[in-house]
Amino acid sequence: MFGIISPSNLRRLGILGMNRRNIGFIGAYNKRKYYRIADNKLETKSVALSRGIPVPELYGTIERQFQIKRITEQLEARDSFVIKPSQGSGGKGILVITGRNGDLFVKASGVEIDSREIKRHTSNILAGLYSLGGRNDSAMIEALIDFDPLLKDFSFEGVPDIRVIVFRGVPIMAMIRCATRQSDGKANLHQGAVGVGIDIGTGQIVCAVQHNLIVTQHPDTGVVFGELKIPHWQRILDLAASCANMTGLDYLGADIVIDRIRGPMLLELNARPGLAIQVANQAGLRHRLAIAEKIANLTDDQDVKIKLAREQFNQTRVGIGQLALKIV
Amino acid sequence: MLSSRVQVGLIAGLLISLGLGLTLYKAINLGFPLLPGEYRDVWTVETKANFRPSSNSAVEVELVLPTMLAGWTNLDEHFASSGFGFSIIDDQADTRLMAVSRRARWTRQSLDRPTTLYYKMQLYRSADSSQLPDFPVFNPVQPRLEPDQQAAMERLVIKLAEKSSDQERFTHLLIQEFLRDSPDQDTLFLLGSYQEDALTVMMDVLAYRGIPAHQIRGIFLEDGRRRQTLSSLVEIYNGEGWAIFDPGTGISGLPHNFLIWQRGDGTILNVVGGRNSSLEFALVSNSLPVKTVVGMGQRTEEVDLLDFSIYALPVEQQGIFKGLLLIPVAALVVVFMRILIGVRTSGTFMPVLIALAFIQTTLMVGLLIFLGLVGIGLWIRSYLSHLNLLLVSRVAAVIIVVILLMAVLAVVSYKLGLEQALTVTFFPTVIVAWTIERMSILWEEEGGHEVLIQGGGSLIVAVLAYLAMSSPIVEHLTFNFPELMLSLLGLILLLGKYTGFRLSELHRFRDLAVK
Repeated sequence: MFGIISPSNLRRLGILGMNRRNIGFIGAYNKRKYYRIADNKLETKSVALSRGIPVPELYGTIERQFQIKRITEQLEARDSFVIKPSQGSGGKGILVITGRNGDLFVKASGVEIDSREIKRHTSNILAGLYSLGGRNDSAMIEALIDFDPLLKDFSFEGVPDIRVIVFRGVPIMAMIRCATRQSDGKANLHQGAVGVGIDIGTGQIVCAVQHNLIVTQHPDTGVVFGELKIPHWQRILDLAASCANMTGLDYLGADIVIDRIRGPMLLELNARPGLAIQVANQAGLRHRLAIAEKIANLTDDQDVKIKLAREQFNQTRVGIGQLALKIV
Repeated sequence: MLSSRVQVGLIAGLLISLGLGLTLYKAINLGFPLLPGEYRDVWTVETKANFRPSSNSAVEVELVLPTMLAGWTNLDEHFASSGFGFSIIDDQADTRLMAVSRRARWTRQSLDRPTTLYYKMQLYRSADSSQLPDFPVFNPVQPRLEPDQQAAMERLVIKLAEKSSDQERFTHLLIQEFLRDSPDQDTLFLLGSYQEDALTVMMDVLAYRGIPAHQIRGIFLEDGRRRQTLSSLVEIYNGEGWAIFDPGTGISGLPHNFLIWQRGDGTILNVVGGRNSSLEFALVSNSLPVKTVVGMGQRTEEVDLLDFSIYALPVEQQGIFKGLLLIPVAALVVVFMRILIGVRTSGTFMPVLIALAFIQTTLMVGLLIFLGLVGIGLWIRSYLSHLNLLLVSRVAAVIIVVILLMAVLAVVSYKLGLEQALTVTFFPTVIVAWTIERMSILWEEEGGHEVLIQGGGSLIVAVLAYLAMSSPIVEHLTFNFPELMLSLLGLILLLGKYTGFRLSELHRFRDLAVK
């Protein structure tokens, strides 16, 4: 339970720590003026749309308290939708409605709630309960992703989303976060969601981890992770790399979902992506960051960057948890 | 342009060494103690010189001020002399004393009513020594006596000299003679002819015997004593050095509680144009920490440019700063716990505020009250969340609930006789309310586990900050060496550039050690 690993081992593995991430990467590479684009999902969406980057459809926004009264009329025609704070962080305050039952709304967990509950949630969002620093916020209502059946079994209830870390336009590490019954449909790893590392080179599954322990199959759906391969992998990497261009953020986490019809779509961006991805991949970020730095110095062309990244970050499976990284 | 890393290093190094340098300077050159714990008795001596003007003529009053001997140090002195011209005269003219003697002089053209002049001083014993400096030896002048007095004295001296081997022994026996319940006839006769003034008789007997001697005048320090008067000791020369005797007890040596006012004969209060003059003293003793005493001494000395001591402020502000100066230490604890250990807390500096409340309530009581408040608050808050209120009014409602809880807790515990719980008022209400709100949201969003982690983390940091702030050494250092704050600032800047792993990350990534 209380085992620890020595700092020298962590350094050898190239694990990036919170302090180094904050000072060496977020602080050093991400200009504060660009944060806004990542922190405000409405802004992310509009910038993405202007660049032709696919995003889930926006049904509407609620900016003021009085608009909440009319929210039920606004949602009349929608069977399923997501209400989220436009400046939320860490997946807080996201309400997912998957269907209707008479006057009631069905949440992803199957629990039915009435319109009062929806109004209360929206009002909390506006008051800034879920936003960074408690600032007043606006709520956005967007389409529920009809996610690709290939990924259906990856997740229990929630939408499995793919997190790609992009450094200076080079995708360096990726994982897919799968909600479990234990994580209550949320894709938070520390709440018991499964983090599944994805090989940048091939889009194949590298490793799956729940609560820091390696698992081979999803605890609820029983799907065996090792057999899966992420579809549209090149497009996902393209999308993630374009986001870096679009925001000007050099150290970025792009959250991507795969829609059944429209394919990969940008869900949101994160200017302070977490470190759990290293556990899911059983690999450290620091070596890859160093390689990505070289790649970025070599070329400005996005396609070349991705090509080099796919070559460099191609993990060959040696055994569970034992991965070798070919470094040129 | 230097890289920010180098800049931070330079600034931090500069700040740290500046803080430590000033601290060492104060400790070594100004004598500020680095460690707390020593206490000194500071005596306040109020001297009243009373007199009646003899006629409607000019009045001149001279008071010899005490010479600080035997380790005493004068911290502060005040003269009250309304309507009088006042001056202090330093003179070394009295070469017999071999010391600077100071006199306070009050003058006034005319005076028509009885008057009291005040002289107040504060002093303490900086060194515990009863050693007095050298004093010139003069051969005694033979007293002028009536024949019968001389005969009686002769017999007394012979009687005492037979029993004594040296001057000290002689003096001791002499004093004993006058203290006896039934002194012999010669002694009684001498006393009678001297108007019962035993001290003068003794001085004359000593002079008659050829022993150099003089009086030491001063006051016996008794706490809370009013209307104390001057006392005298007898100092004799034994051929090698001076020895002191208390004529009231016969014991040799300088009594520990005796404050020497004047060594040697001579008047202390001299009133020209007045009569019935008298001196009396009121005495109060306070036990003060050495640091305060030193601070009081500082004020009277020259103000040093480098010494920006808090003692320069009025006492009230000193108390406020005492608390304020502790906060940087608590901030350092928070920075340390978050950056080096990686403890998650609810609200970055909320633990500091809780720790400040703990200082007032004491730790265990504080913890119980805090847990009680937050626990009951969470329970009530869970009901409020059903009411579907706007956030601001909900938090406001929680604030009021918290205050009500505090009031109920205070009243109930007071009725039960648990006075300690009354300190509940020291908890910052708004912070407690926000903590309840955040915890409640956290509970709904992430579950009880996360509430325990963040709540526990906050409490651990708060307790550590409390322990740091309540340590007497920390309190002493921050208050007496506020320049150490510069060092703290430098340290915090350095920590702000720490890119190594947090302790919690060594645990978080523990299973990666597969290679």
